[in-house]
Amino acid sequence: MSQSLVVYFVQLCLALLLAPLLPGIINRVKAIFAGRHGKPLLQTYYDLAKLLRKGEALSQTTTWVFTLAPAIALVATLCALALLPLGGSSSPLAFTGDFVLAAYLLALGRFATMLSALDTGSSFEGMGASREATFAALAEPVLFLTLMVLTSLSLNAGLDTEHALSLSALFGGQSADTWLGGKIELLLVPVVFFILLLVENCRIPVDDPNTHLELTMIHEVMVLDHSGPNLAIIVYGTALKLWFFAALIAGLMTPDLSPWPQAALRTGIVLLLSVLVGVTESVMARLRMQRVPALLGGAAAMSALALILSQMR
Amino acid sequence: MNTPLRFSYTNAVAFSDIPVVAGEELAAIVRGLLDDDWRLLALFGVPDNDEEDAAGLCCVLAHDVSGALTALRTNALRTYLALTPTCPQAHLFEREVFEQWGIVPEGHPWCKRVRRIPDAAEAAIHSKVKDKAVQETQRILRPFRFYRVGGEEVHEVAVGPVHAGVIEPGHFRFQCYGENVLHLEIALGYQHRGVEQMLVSGPAHRCLPLLECTAGDTSVGHATTHCVLLERLAGVTIPPRAQLVRRIGLELERLANHTGDLGAIGGDTGFLPTSSWNGRIRGDFLNLTAAVCGNRFGRGLVVPGGVAYDLSPNECHDMAARLRAAGRDVCGSVDVMLHAPSVLERCHGVGALDAACARNLGMVGVAARACGLELDARATAPLSALPCQPPRCEHTGDVLARVLVRNHELRDSLQMVEDDLANLAVLPENDLRAAGSTPAVGSLPPGKLAVAQVEGWRGEICHVAITDADGHFLVYKVVDPSFHNWPGLAVALRGNQISDFPLCNKSFNLSYCGHDL
Repeated sequence: MSQSLVVYFVQLCLALLLAPLLPGIINRVKAIFAGRHGKPLLQTYYDLAKLLRKGEALSQTTTWVFTLAPAIALVATLCALALLPLGGSSSPLAFTGDFVLAAYLLALGRFATMLSALDTGSSFEGMGASREATFAALAEPVLFLTLMVLTSLSLNAGLDTEHALSLSALFGGQSADTWLGGKIELLLVPVVFFILLLVENCRIPVDDPNTHLELTMIHEVMVLDHSGPNLAIIVYGTALKLWFFAALIAGLMTPDLSPWPQAALRTGIVLLLSVLVGVTESVMARLRMQRVPALLGGAAAMSALALILSQMR
Repeated sequence: MNTPLRFSYTNAVAFSDIPVVAGEELAAIVRGLLDDDWRLLALFGVPDNDEEDAAGLCCVLAHDVSGALTALRTNALRTYLALTPTCPQAHLFEREVFEQWGIVPEGHPWCKRVRRIPDAAEAAIHSKVKDKAVQETQRILRPFRFYRVGGEEVHEVAVGPVHAGVIEPGHFRFQCYGENVLHLEIALGYQHRGVEQMLVSGPAHRCLPLLECTAGDTSVGHATTHCVLLERLAGVTIPPRAQLVRRIGLELERLANHTGDLGAIGGDTGFLPTSSWNGRIRGDFLNLTAAVCGNRFGRGLVVPGGVAYDLSPNECHDMAARLRAAGRDVCGSVDVMLHAPSVLERCHGVGALDAACARNLGMVGVAARACGLELDARATAPLSALPCQPPRCEHTGDVLARVLVRNHELRDSLQMVEDDLANLAVLPENDLRAAGSTPAVGSLPPGKLAVAQVEGWRGEICHVAITDADGHFLVYKVVDPSFHNWPGLAVALRGNQISDFPLCNKSFNLSYCGHDL
């Protein structure tokens, strides 16, 4: 087995093992800002262990859709994660245009969650699903616009089309090489991805993962009826999705180094990003729901700017 | 109508002096008074001496500019012309009278029970009533539907009475078009325990503790109102030392609750630092209250005729130092929130009410001042000659305005308590209670009506009592500020987003048990 494949598998295992640590770090940072001691760093692991041992309560109005959805969402996220060049080493699954598959695997997971929310028949969960659909529809063009910046870069670098248009090439280290080489406008791309991370993972300023107020929730309200092992799957899937987006940003921030240092750097950046999410959540309030489209519009404008500038020079 | 009876808010009047008007005239007279800047304090039923289960109406109004009160009453009646179509602030009062006495306001647009929504079994028992007239009344007493907006695209959201947070029970029924709220109906009464009924035939030992827990976060407010009412009925003046300690108690209660509310608003916007800090600092103010009377919520501090606890000059200095420390902390914490653009943006323009609407609904307190109404019983009906700040008003009537009013009042109260502590330290030792008999138990002058208005932290608390021929309470009416302001919340939410409801609700922070009584 080549060294890069070893790095890839080590990083995949690391992602699967460490993902539940990210919410723990975020909560600890928030606690420090608020002058509290906070939950243990490993709280998500404890929660998972507890939930897996519990039974499940099912509402009589729900059908198989409700029980199946968490598994679909988790598997979709897992597959998307496996397509990433984890640790900077190309994924063995990489193929031309795999970023489209990754984007729609995440969409499939979301679709399953929304169906399960609607399956409960609760007005709260219906509202949550409607909000999730709206914001996801607005986030999707931003994601693809930003991927366009990266593909144009990848094609300019002289790679043949077959290799240039995969996640492994787009997030392989050339982006950082380019902005380190003077195309500073490309730093807008990780900023856009950070906004997407906040939107897709339901963090402040878009959603408040800590609130108990059903009427204001987006993601949390969709999973209110889940319990036991299925809830554990959802909690784990959420953590994995956070790792996915953080790994994307890490891919944009690390230059082309030798495999092991790059893998270490990328993992460090993923953990640092969760600190950054914690800081963001501590220093600002949540946006009014009508303002979220404006945030995504701003992100789209930044992507467009990066695209235009990088093409002009 | 006879010549209108005007009296100072500090005096009790003979009930028999109150002019009697006919049920058909009441609405027009009250409307005329409201046009002259009077405000409805209370409308309630007064049991008739001669006929069992029959009652007349009594209506008390205040003229805030001059500090004058007026009262009107009717003889026992079964129906009258409803006030609500012309005076919306009578809306809940008329429903309450209807619920308690079965007196039907003709032409009331939404005459539904206020507190107790009878279940099917109860409704069935009622239907067995043989008397035709009563049956007619009970027909209206049946469970009443929620207001409903028709149409395929409109959806209904029911929240409560069991909520996700540790709060009191209440049911909220939203009619929504997408995320927009077309209409909100608030159904309360889950905590109804018959406070007013238990007070009748007092004064008794249980009256004060009962009122202290009428709204648990307003213990000092309701206790002070009750004691002031007893003193006005008995014609007693309390010593200056007691006045100072009472005011310290009231302002500490305001400090603790405004601190908690501002933190909770921070929490609802997702701004965690202020939320956590204020939770801690609120405890500091509660502990200061405990340092005065041994109870963090001020129970037992106020007694009829004065106060039960004194502060020595040393204790005053001690408390002032602790107050300054907590004050510094809370001002810093609130400033952090008010300097965060994201918080201001979140609160700006949400749940806005205009001044005309607030006046029509008869709103009081923080919520009314945020709309620009200069209503503050500390200024309009002061309990003593001690100096006090003019009402703090904002004009936008939104969540931000309610935050800013609390912020200003917080700072005013800190100054007031500090001044009062300094004054108390140099005041020569004298009695804590009025000389002579305490009017807590036993009989009061017979056939009198008195009114007490006290500015609690939430707004004006109003108690009205009428004594019978033996000098016991014939009627004891408690009006918590929440009773006036709940309809304001429902109206403020119209046209807003349903996701803004929790924030809007928190910015009003009304009492459920104070409303339910």
